[in-house]
Amino acid sequence: MSSTTTPPAQASAPPPAPGRTTRLGDRKLAVTFISPALLLLLFMSIFPLLWALYLSFTDYSVTRDKPAKFVGLQNYVDILTSSQVHQRTLTTLAYVVGAVLLQTVLGFGIAYLISRRRRGQGVLTTLFLVPMMLSPVVVGLFWKFMFDAQFGVVNSMLGSLGLEPVEWLTRMPNALISLIVVDTWQWTPFIMLIALAGLTAVPNYLYEAASIDRASEWFRFRHITFPLVWPLLLIAVMFRAIEAFRLFDLVYILTNGGPGVSTETLSFHVYKVAFLGFNTGTASAYGILMVLVVLVMAQFYLRYLTKLKEK
Amino acid sequence: MTISSDRLVKAGAVTDTVADNPLPRRRRRGRGRNIVEVTLLTVVAAAMLFPVLWILETSIKENRDVYAVPAKFFDFKVTFAHYKDVFFASDGGASDVSRSFLNSILVAGGSTVLATLFGVPAAWAYSRFPLRAKKDQLFFILSTRFMPPVVIVIPVFLMYRELGLINTHIGLILVYAAFNVSFTIWMMKGFVDEVPAEYEEAAMLDGYTRLQAFRRFTLPLLVPGIAATAVFALIFSWNEFVFAIFLTTSQDVRTAPPAIAGLIGGTTVDWGLVAACAVVFAIPVLVFAFLVRKHLVAGVTLGAVRR
Repeated sequence: MSSTTTPPAQASAPPPAPGRTTRLGDRKLAVTFISPALLLLLFMSIFPLLWALYLSFTDYSVTRDKPAKFVGLQNYVDILTSSQVHQRTLTTLAYVVGAVLLQTVLGFGIAYLISRRRRGQGVLTTLFLVPMMLSPVVVGLFWKFMFDAQFGVVNSMLGSLGLEPVEWLTRMPNALISLIVVDTWQWTPFIMLIALAGLTAVPNYLYEAASIDRASEWFRFRHITFPLVWPLLLIAVMFRAIEAFRLFDLVYILTNGGPGVSTETLSFHVYKVAFLGFNTGTASAYGILMVLVVLVMAQFYLRYLTKLKEK
Repeated sequence: MTISSDRLVKAGAVTDTVADNPLPRRRRRGRGRNIVEVTLLTVVAAAMLFPVLWILETSIKENRDVYAVPAKFFDFKVTFAHYKDVFFASDGGASDVSRSFLNSILVAGGSTVLATLFGVPAAWAYSRFPLRAKKDQLFFILSTRFMPPVVIVIPVFLMYRELGLINTHIGLILVYAAFNVSFTIWMMKGFVDEVPAEYEEAAMLDGYTRLQAFRRFTLPLLVPGIAATAVFALIFSWNEFVFAIFLTTSQDVRTAPPAIAGLIGGTTVDWGLVAACAVVFAIPVLVFAFLVRKHLVAGVTLGAVRR
């Protein structure tokens, strides 16, 4: 992108003499300070991505010793027309929309309830934040254990209510639902936290004015609370959508894509193509397409953010 | 937390003046509603915490009770055998998992130091100086953080194979440092923006160079922000799984997340041990998260949202 705008580091530049602060000095300082970080990013992100871009036009495979052969856009055509990929796209979409929607509704609801409490707020928020800070690996393992069909605590509780045990992770629609439930458990606090930040920032005089006007509670919510919190909430939603889109670890631990391929998200499918099928070229094209989607989403995220900051 | 509590009390008071209306019917409805709300919150809190409590409980149960059907909630014998297994192998030496914890400390610590050393000066420069295409540069930095790890890991894997960095601590440290440096720049830029540039300008009028002004006057004010940012970077590296599992294969280098995930690979799973590992692994994260709870909103949105 804009990485070309930074000239190479001139690390040996002596600091300007005391009292003499020219713009040139500032410039050199800025370059010296920024270059190491940008170089690290170039080396670890941009260079690998360019390599992937190159590989995406070849039939390269890690396991074969043959040199890569140029195949043009064939990999991209394969990916975009593959019915497997279409199915994974639908799965990912169902997962992203389902999880983010559920988290937003729950998170905002909880934040609203907490914001009306006068006592216990600190304790409540701290407790709610526990799931969010845990590693997806740990969370996946927790729930895999609890969802176990034979000795899992979830089925055990259902049993004591007189209900039949459910195969949470090994039946078709259940597995995807379980995935959404687990993700919601982990990330509802995130939405809650941001919604709460928005709710507590609503200036009190607005509510005071509304109560003088004897406005109904719904009116206050609809015309004061919600419009003021929405921009912040939107940022949280965009952030979560990007994270959910690139989700990998939870699927890997919880269902491993199964049963069949019903919980294979795009991220998981890329992994299978690359590391189990060894079609490095195809996987690279796949990856580049995913990166494009992420870039578009990140653009939106940044746009909402800039809008919020300008207010 | 991030909430200014006095403001909330006021907000509550306002709500109350509405509820304390002379109309008795309305007051009763307000109280009933209060009960409903508290009940709802309690239910949600219980649902949120139950899995955590359940794992804690599983980690101190004997194997017999772990697999009991129906599940035993209270009447089980307490044992700390699983915690002993986390750290010690059956022959008395250090277990594989305990070694992976050491690797995790090394990798998370190393990448955090690197990201902080590179990120903080960059954040300061982005905050203070007019630069060409600054917005584009910052977007580029942000977008590297959002890349799907599974996609990045394919070329990184090939690159590391050429450079001999597969199965090395330094390889993992570099990947995490790159992810964390973008976070550090975004997060720290917010903190630097809050320190008035006038401080440095005043110092420069007194004869300090720009660099000295930064070191003497701005940097000390940034220390709390740097600490919070570093803690978030630490948590990210500590929790990371995807790069760890694809870029390392040997027990000597492997960090804790893949090592713990590896425990469920076999035909029989010792869930008591898994639970104990998960608890030991999660405790430092929770302690650190508690320390930076004031900055959580900023931290989880890459410093984008701060209140």
